[in-house]
Amino acid sequence: MSETSNIDIVKKGLGKRYRAEKRFRIYGICAIASSLIFLAFLFISIGSNGYTAFQQTFIRLTVHFDPEILGDTTNRESIASANFPSIVKQSLSMMFPEVTSRSDKRLLNALISSGASYNVRDIVIENPNCIGKTMQVWVPADDDVDMLIKGHINREAQEGERRLNDKQLGWIEQLEKDGNLKKRFNMTFFTAGDSREPELAGIWGAVSGSFFTMIVTLVLSFPIGVAAAIYLEEFAKKNRWTDIIEVNINNLAAVPSIVFGLLGLAVFLNFFGMPRSAPLVGGLVMTLMTLPVIIIASRAALKSVPPSIREAALGVGASQVQMVFHHVLPLALPGMLTGAIIGMARALGETAPLLMIGMVAFIVDIPSGFTDPSTALPVQIFLWADSPERGFLEKTSAAIMVLLTFLIAMNALAVILRKKFEKRW
Amino acid sequence: MDANMNPTMLLFTILLLSVMGFIMGRKRSYAVANQVGGMSNLHSRPTYYGSLTALWCAIPTLIIFSFWLLFESRIITDLVIATLPDQLQNLPADRLNLIVNDIRNMVNGNIVSSEPNPSMLAAAEHYRKLNSLSHASLTVIVIAVAIGAILVIQKTIHPKLRARNHVEQVIKYILIACSTIAIFTTIGIVLSVLYEAIRFFRIVPLSEFLTGLEWSPQMAIRADQVGSSGSFGVIPVFMGTMLISAIAMCVSVPIGLMSAIYLSEYANRTFRSVAKPLLEILAGIPTVVYGFFAALTVAPMIRNSGGVLGLDVSSESALAAGLVMGIMIIPFVSSLSDDVINAVPQSLRDGAYALGATQSETIRHVVIPAALPGIVGSVLLAVSRAIGETMIVVMAAGMSANLTLNPLKTVTTVTVQIVALLVGDQEFDSPKTLAAFALGLMLFVVTLILNVIALVVVRKYREQYE
Repeated sequence: MSETSNIDIVKKGLGKRYRAEKRFRIYGICAIASSLIFLAFLFISIGSNGYTAFQQTFIRLTVHFDPEILGDTTNRESIASANFPSIVKQSLSMMFPEVTSRSDKRLLNALISSGASYNVRDIVIENPNCIGKTMQVWVPADDDVDMLIKGHINREAQEGERRLNDKQLGWIEQLEKDGNLKKRFNMTFFTAGDSREPELAGIWGAVSGSFFTMIVTLVLSFPIGVAAAIYLEEFAKKNRWTDIIEVNINNLAAVPSIVFGLLGLAVFLNFFGMPRSAPLVGGLVMTLMTLPVIIIASRAALKSVPPSIREAALGVGASQVQMVFHHVLPLALPGMLTGAIIGMARALGETAPLLMIGMVAFIVDIPSGFTDPSTALPVQIFLWADSPERGFLEKTSAAIMVLLTFLIAMNALAVILRKKFEKRW
Repeated sequence: MDANMNPTMLLFTILLLSVMGFIMGRKRSYAVANQVGGMSNLHSRPTYYGSLTALWCAIPTLIIFSFWLLFESRIITDLVIATLPDQLQNLPADRLNLIVNDIRNMVNGNIVSSEPNPSMLAAAEHYRKLNSLSHASLTVIVIAVAIGAILVIQKTIHPKLRARNHVEQVIKYILIACSTIAIFTTIGIVLSVLYEAIRFFRIVPLSEFLTGLEWSPQMAIRADQVGSSGSFGVIPVFMGTMLISAIAMCVSVPIGLMSAIYLSEYANRTFRSVAKPLLEILAGIPTVVYGFFAALTVAPMIRNSGGVLGLDVSSESALAAGLVMGIMIIPFVSSLSDDVINAVPQSLRDGAYALGATQSETIRHVVIPAALPGIVGSVLLAVSRAIGETMIVVMAAGMSANLTLNPLKTVTTVTVQIVALLVGDQEFDSPKTLAAFALGLMLFVVTLILNVIALVVVRKYREQYE
């Protein structure tokens, strides 16, 4: 009798327990789903803010290259200092002859980017024969116009609450009607350096800065990391010294990145007097940061090579160094490369240490070497994110999209490498 | 351009010379072998004679090259300062720094901040001269050493030379040197942070730093200025860090842990192979992206929803930064706990099932308690990660150090303050700049302690089941 009652007790509780089981399962699914929703939300929010930056509003001007206004244009230097802004203003006022008062003219000129005169100048530099002729030129519109066309400025809003007043709105509508205003692919974004004007700002300077930084990082951290891993895995005897090195490497992997920035500031900049804002210093700091990642990955790759390979090499008379470099290393190299790529991807997205060593300055010029002042792509994102202008918002998101594309490509490469060369022994 | 080589060119020249050395050494070994009657009389294979030559050509020159470049600008700067007129030389260190920067900018042809005066122009000219002199002498020395090394080794190559053993010995030393870089990095971090921090504690006593309740590092420019006298009490900054980290952990620990449990205990192979990499994307996104997302999307969202509920939410609330940081940390918690849960022996689960426990009961009463040390370790690692995180808080948290536990208010963190104090022009003697290093030291020590505890706990736990 008592045994059946035990079963009854169990059975009575069974429904409740199964419900608890189900609930627990649902919690798990919810946890995963919520992180995936966060991920999707992040991508959608950045994508929807950023995709418009790949297009830019241009205005078509009928430019008359009047030699009288331009002045001397006989050689390159004089072209560079010729009066192109007036040429641009003149072609605008030819388009809108009804605008006469000074304040209105100023409003009208504000529709065109301040970089338009450089576009016109470049045409003359490329083709000096056009002096005296009349040509149609597409020049970038001001960022306020661009924002209006992309719908970020409400046309219906009160005049005082938008950055363009009613007159300017009327001119823009006329330009649109005549087909003189169009959205085109934004090449500037991919070819220009930083600028205070959103319509003239591009990521190329930051991308080159990141490129030089990554070159330094790769050239230093991969060989050093692999060498350190080989020593620790293949040659080092297990003693206190190697224990200290191991503990050190594990700790360095978890040190906050900004501390590496402090190290770079104190040692490389202040002690050695290296140049501020240089990709060389950025690369050195990133090397120290990436080394633990590469060492740990390389050691894992070396560990996965079976001992039979080593024994066979030693058996046919190879020395220990020959055994490692001729037989073990080639087999472990794909794994090491995967680790290196992942480490590089992390370094590419890193911002904080670069802020410490001054790679955060406003730099218009495109860096052309390892000691030129420059920024990096994530730092550029940080700088633009701080700008109050609406035009930089989409630029920031677009720069993030470019950065994420690089990172995804690098990680995909790592996955492909791993899949292709992964060996099961 | 000047006639002498720039460092990058010189580096390539060194590499070229080493390759030449390799070829010549190999050739030489063939020649000496033929003199004594064939290759079999050579101690090592010809490649090793080549490698020996290349190594002895490359290593000394690279060492000279890197040390020269490391100390070059420091020495030149000192020499240039020595030629400046007395009234410039006797300026305080920070003003002198500005002038040196201007001179450097003139040398590089950049825009300078001040009006160039004749003595500075002369100094810039002097700097340029010294610089090209230094590069020229470096070029000469490096090439001479390289060629000298090649010639000396050429002379010593003979069939009895144990080239392979030499090369292997050198390679081993190189490997050892590479593995010690980790130690030097740690020493470098400790020394650089400690040195500046000690200078800071000479001005602001340690007790005031650790127990002060007010943080406002802005020093008065004039002595009679009202307010802002500079107070360096770290408590509000540290509390802010803790508050944001706590919010982050409230998000990441439950979600990360439940994800790990589901992935390792319930999910089938296909689901796991899709969901795990997707979760890891979260860890691969740069923190600056999270910062932008927090400042642009999450913070306004929280403020608006707070407004609907009638709450006064700051636009740089701790909640926004903490929430986004929590999302970032989810994959750390989940992948580390996943490993730990997988390491729990199957026999423990089988035992629980045999007693009639359901799967969730097994997990809650057997697997999690068994894995607890490892989970604690991974949570500690995640906390250290949250404390050291910089970009999210720089972009989404505030600057003002409020001593509050209200997540809707603005707080500041250690990392935000380090960035705020060090970005831009710095004077290297003011307590304001040095305070950043004191904060850095604190950050380093706290994260180090957390990491060491976590590593010890995880290692102990692993040993338990091995």
